[in-house]
Amino acid sequence: MIDKIRNADRRRIGAITAVGDRWRALPKWQRILGVVAFVVFLYHLPWLGKLPGGLIIPGLNDLRTDSITGGNNWAGVLFVCAIYVLVAVGLNVVVGLAGLLDLGYIGFFAIGAYSVALFGSVNSPVVKWFQREFDLPETWAVTWAICLFIAIVLTLISGVLLGWPTLRLRGDYLAIVTLGFGEIIRIVARNSENITNGPQGISAIPGPEGPPSADNQVFGLIDARPWYWLAITAVLLMVFAVRRLEHSRVGRAWLAVREDEDAAAVMGVYPFKFKLWAFAIGAALGGLAGFLFASRNAFIDPTQFNVNLSILFVAMVVVGGSGNMVGVSLGAVLLAYLPERFREIADYRWLAFGLAMVLVMILRPQGLIPSRRRTRELKDRAAEAEEAPAHV
Amino acid sequence: MNFDELFGHLGQHTVDGLSKGAIYALIALGYTLVYGVLRLINFAHSEVFMVGTFAVLGVWTALGVENNPPIGQAVLFLVIGLVVAALASGGTALAIERIAYRPLRRKNAPPLIFLITAIGLSLVLVEVFGLLLPDVAGGALPSMFGRARQIVGMPTILKQETLFEIGGTQITNIQLIVFVCAVVMMALLDWFINRTRYGRGVRAVAQNPETAALMGVNQERVIMLIFVLGGIMAGAAALLWSMRFGFTQNSIGFVLGLKAFTAAVLGGIGNLRGALVGGLFLGIVEVYGATLLSSQWEDVIAFVVLVVVLMFRPTGLLGESLGRARA
Repeated sequence: MIDKIRNADRRRIGAITAVGDRWRALPKWQRILGVVAFVVFLYHLPWLGKLPGGLIIPGLNDLRTDSITGGNNWAGVLFVCAIYVLVAVGLNVVVGLAGLLDLGYIGFFAIGAYSVALFGSVNSPVVKWFQREFDLPETWAVTWAICLFIAIVLTLISGVLLGWPTLRLRGDYLAIVTLGFGEIIRIVARNSENITNGPQGISAIPGPEGPPSADNQVFGLIDARPWYWLAITAVLLMVFAVRRLEHSRVGRAWLAVREDEDAAAVMGVYPFKFKLWAFAIGAALGGLAGFLFASRNAFIDPTQFNVNLSILFVAMVVVGGSGNMVGVSLGAVLLAYLPERFREIADYRWLAFGLAMVLVMILRPQGLIPSRRRTRELKDRAAEAEEAPAHV
Repeated sequence: MNFDELFGHLGQHTVDGLSKGAIYALIALGYTLVYGVLRLINFAHSEVFMVGTFAVLGVWTALGVENNPPIGQAVLFLVIGLVVAALASGGTALAIERIAYRPLRRKNAPPLIFLITAIGLSLVLVEVFGLLLPDVAGGALPSMFGRARQIVGMPTILKQETLFEIGGTQITNIQLIVFVCAVVMMALLDWFINRTRYGRGVRAVAQNPETAALMGVNQERVIMLIFVLGGIMAGAAALLWSMRFGFTQNSIGFVLGLKAFTAAVLGGIGNLRGALVGGLFLGIVEVYGATLLSSQWEDVIAFVVLVVVLMFRPTGLLGESLGRARA
């Protein structure tokens, strides 16, 4: 019975990778056309199932979260999905490509969010301090675009600071230390009231058009569509960048380090350096996601950066298929979208995430849409186990 | 920095730290045993402890325990609580091994896969207890679809009393019981591992699984044994926790588990006596730190200790060894 399921599963994995092969075998112009069509579809998503003139397409309309009673604003949900995809793509660099389990990713997300809050909002103690020290007007705050820069630099630095002492550790120690890091960031944000306002949080976080107000033309509080388009643009840019990275020398080094660190070191790839790179780049992507999240929400407090979210992020990557960008994006979208669309399961979503993690790891450790190389690595290990059954 | 408070009552803070650390040490044993044999961090162990506290809560509720029972009854309730918690925790640990780890071991999965499975499992356990057992203590039937995840109080079994004073340091009955119980449990475990036939099997597998198998040690049985032993220790910790702090919550395991893991690493993971040393040390450091800064920073202190230890002495204070050294 179980063997039957296993074989069927193996066929399905084969079919999925075959789709990837067929795609790669297509002529270049067809592939470009396909990508362009998909991008257009992504930008069109806020109107999913709606035609001009108030007509609706029944099947597609049911996919929208606002088609059920009490459902959330569809564009808002899309925005959250896009943010989670960004997180998943960033975490995939760390977990999927470099093979480091980072359980404190929420820490970087929080640092990104707090950088725009602390420097961009007129209500933040940091901005107030600047105003006092340099006799600036009370409306002064750092511009959004500069906050973006600050967020990325700060998360890069914190990634290096966390990675420097910990990346020399064994993989599972690293996981626990990063878990502690995520929790520390939250506790620090909660306890340092004279910097982060503590549990009260920070409001009036600016968007691209400045602080939230009714006069904003595009990035307002009510219409989430521009925010979604902004986020999806960031996602597309970052997916492209990470893709290029994956197929560069750095990407190959990550792969070598992931598969066999000692062998990589012998071949002249210095594992620590590349692991640190992966950590810092992953951190910066997490920071970018947190930055966008805080700008859209216009208010953050420490409870939004619960450690459970770190586990959710890891779940997105491993359930989707770590190492495969399509897989992790799908994982992120599923885990963000399903509890919104099916509100009846919202209470059980953490239970469901936990179950999904356990089941995927036991039955199909390579994830829903596996990376081919990952599949082969796991198969190799299983074959070794069969040769030496006494091995623990 | 409140140095006056710390040095003014140094003895008192040390005693507080010791009784806190004793609980960490008991939980740490679970991490250490599993790590010593399988080289695996059993992330779900914190939930084994959590299940233990709920078992204590459940059995005390079923027995209709009220606050401050007469001393004879109190002892009876504590013993019953210990047995039930040990059974529940040991059973949970065993179930975790069978459901989550055994299939992965068969496939020789990489360590990270074990860790992710354990995290998923621990999330499942936390949620199951949050959703299905919201208020057993309320006396009502567990409301199956409630969302209560708040703290659940337990009856006070022993009234806190100062037993004796040494040089201005007060030692309460509860602190004494916690400390003595923890040390006795650990001594028993140490004896079991070092002096009995089964313990020899555990040490053999920890040293070299293949050779142990050739010598006729049943590996699967040893693995089950260490999970159960770790679970029993967590059950004992759960009882002591319930007696001392008198509350539980579905998410109680997370921070405690991290601290116990810190204690295990601090003492040298895989080393049983190290777990005791690490637990007591961490307890003291935490109480000192919380006195110096403020209790808000208590949790941060444990994590900082963990990072510092891993950076400068990753093998811990006493070194990693379950099989080596004391073979």
